[in-house]
Amino acid sequence: MSARVTVVRLAVFASLIRLTTVVFAVPVVAPSPGNDDCLACHDDATATASNGRSIAVAAKVFADSIHGPMACTDCHADLAHAEFPHADTLSPVNCSGCHADPVAAYGKSVHAEARSAGNTSAARCVDCHGMHDIRSSQDKTSPTYPLNLPNMCGKCHGDAKIIKTGGIKVGDVFAKYHDSIHGKALEKSGLLVSAKCTDCHGNHEIRRKSDPQSGVFRANSPATCGKCHGGIQALYASGIHGSKLAEGDPRVPVCADCHTAHEIRRIDGDAWKLDVLAECGSCHAQSLKTYRDTFHGQVTSLGFTRVASCSDCHRAHDVYPKADSRSSVSDAQRAATCGKCHPAASESFAGYDPHADKHDAERNPPLYWTARFMQLLLAGVFVFFGLHTSLWFQRLLRKDPPPPSKKAGE
Amino acid sequence: MRHIRRFDTVNRITHVVLMFSFLGLALTGLPLLFNDARWASRLARILGGLQFAGRLHRFFAIVLIGVFSAHVGRLLHRLFIKKDYGILWGPESMVPQPRDLKEMSAHFAWFFRRGPKPRFDHFTYWEKFDYWAVFWGMFIIGGSGFLLWFPWFFSNFLPGWIFNVALLIHGEEALLAVAFIFTIHFFNGHLRPDKFPMDTVIFTGSVTEHELKHERPDAYDRWVKDGTLESLVVDPPRPRLVRRGRIVGTIAIVLGLFIFALIIYAVTSHS
Repeated sequence: MSARVTVVRLAVFASLIRLTTVVFAVPVVAPSPGNDDCLACHDDATATASNGRSIAVAAKVFADSIHGPMACTDCHADLAHAEFPHADTLSPVNCSGCHADPVAAYGKSVHAEARSAGNTSAARCVDCHGMHDIRSSQDKTSPTYPLNLPNMCGKCHGDAKIIKTGGIKVGDVFAKYHDSIHGKALEKSGLLVSAKCTDCHGNHEIRRKSDPQSGVFRANSPATCGKCHGGIQALYASGIHGSKLAEGDPRVPVCADCHTAHEIRRIDGDAWKLDVLAECGSCHAQSLKTYRDTFHGQVTSLGFTRVASCSDCHRAHDVYPKADSRSSVSDAQRAATCGKCHPAASESFAGYDPHADKHDAERNPPLYWTARFMQLLLAGVFVFFGLHTSLWFQRLLRKDPPPPSKKAGE
Repeated sequence: MRHIRRFDTVNRITHVVLMFSFLGLALTGLPLLFNDARWASRLARILGGLQFAGRLHRFFAIVLIGVFSAHVGRLLHRLFIKKDYGILWGPESMVPQPRDLKEMSAHFAWFFRRGPKPRFDHFTYWEKFDYWAVFWGMFIIGGSGFLLWFPWFFSNFLPGWIFNVALLIHGEEALLAVAFIFTIHFFNGHLRPDKFPMDTVIFTGSVTEHELKHERPDAYDRWVKDGTLESLVVDPPRPRLVRRGRIVGTIAIVLGLFIFALIIYAVTSHS
């Protein structure tokens, strides 16, 4: 190895001497080296630079790559007229010569931003696409092929060390995606159409979540998810949440608030059904509280799901205010909504208030007064008998004093 | 020592069935009422899940309604067939009467050492309260329970808000019944120092002549005077019966106190 380095150094020295003679001689344009010339040295798995870095390029791998028909010097332009053996350090390859648009897009990305800030773990073209082995993203062996893509992003976004040194803020996305409905569809079921990283984040122009131009910016979430879930997007847009979002109300929930960004679960699982209640309740606190006072809310509170939760009555995406006739809980539709679970539900049955508040005398007068009465009854019984029992107890515990007269006590 | 009969076999069986169906109802209804308590979810799972717990709850409800109806039937039989009007008024009646008020205030006076212990008759005022509490509870809890069991039927002629009220009443009244039985009734009947750990009369059916004379002197004197006492004399309960009564009673008291502890835990740990 050290012998090889010495040889390389000698060669470099010799070429420098020759260079000085050339400079003072008549300038002659050296002929561009062919791929065979390059591969003569580089098609050797053990080839290394002076610093030990591998400089091997397998001829077969390159030939099979999408760039196979191209000349080495098309990318390594600084070697087009170099003397050989060439210098150890080459100019960085500039992909924008051919791929101007993707490189320009990359320039606006969080990866480029991090890299220009000196973060060397941020991805460059080659980190995702490969170097001499670049293949089309349609190619099943390409790291950018849909089925391979999450693992490719996961090389960094699933690596605890890079997450730390690279300052990646949301670190556990790879594992979460892996277990999500999208991850399983892609990785287990092999569904190419399932959402993968780039479908939401973009590929070259990956922007921060806080960037309004990002696909994962809050307000853009329905449009991003709607690329695949178009039907749901339309329902959401027509509902109260979607309309408010369009008006610029920042408080309304978007897709990811209920479904989360990465660990998106099946909606028919118990865990999801129970968790989403808290999500609705994070804004509709009073409704969650009164729901908990009903049989439906008590059952879900115990972790069972065979009862109605928020979306069973209000619908999930096309939620409307009760006064809107399109609402599933409007006067016109309520009985039918109850009827989904209670087939015999009548108008009168639907008069049951699933959010009754026993503290609200105006909304539920009979309930309010019943609650007051029960409170009095319980307090009355326990105060009286509590007193009765305690007095009796103390009387039985303390022995009678020696009787002054025969009459007293037992 | 002579033993005097106080409860006949049917009444003793009635009490045992009432006891266990009541405990079953309390246990299977508890997780829903205290659903935010830490033990609630686990208890629901121990009971076989809420659906199964719900079936058990309805089963116990039917048993309790059955035994209650049998008791009412027996009363009606005594009243209309045997023409025993003594159950309507007088010392052998459970109906509250002026003497109950007098005995209660005398009892309070005795608590404060300001008077002699009242000379109770066959039934004391607190026994009558417990007895009628069951009637009240049966109608209130049972009625609201039926509303909640068959809402689609009752909604044919009742407004929807009635089910909101029914759910509230069912829970609050059950809480009242459970907490009352497992504290006040347990103390009055069993745990008070002069009965501790329990009074087995409801299992054996009889008390000693001494105990009767001491605790219900008016009844004793009355029975001696009119000669009924001799007809009430029975053999002392067989040791096996006493032992069984103790075991059954202990199970019920322990289970009841456990349920009461769960309630206290839920109420106090709730912010």
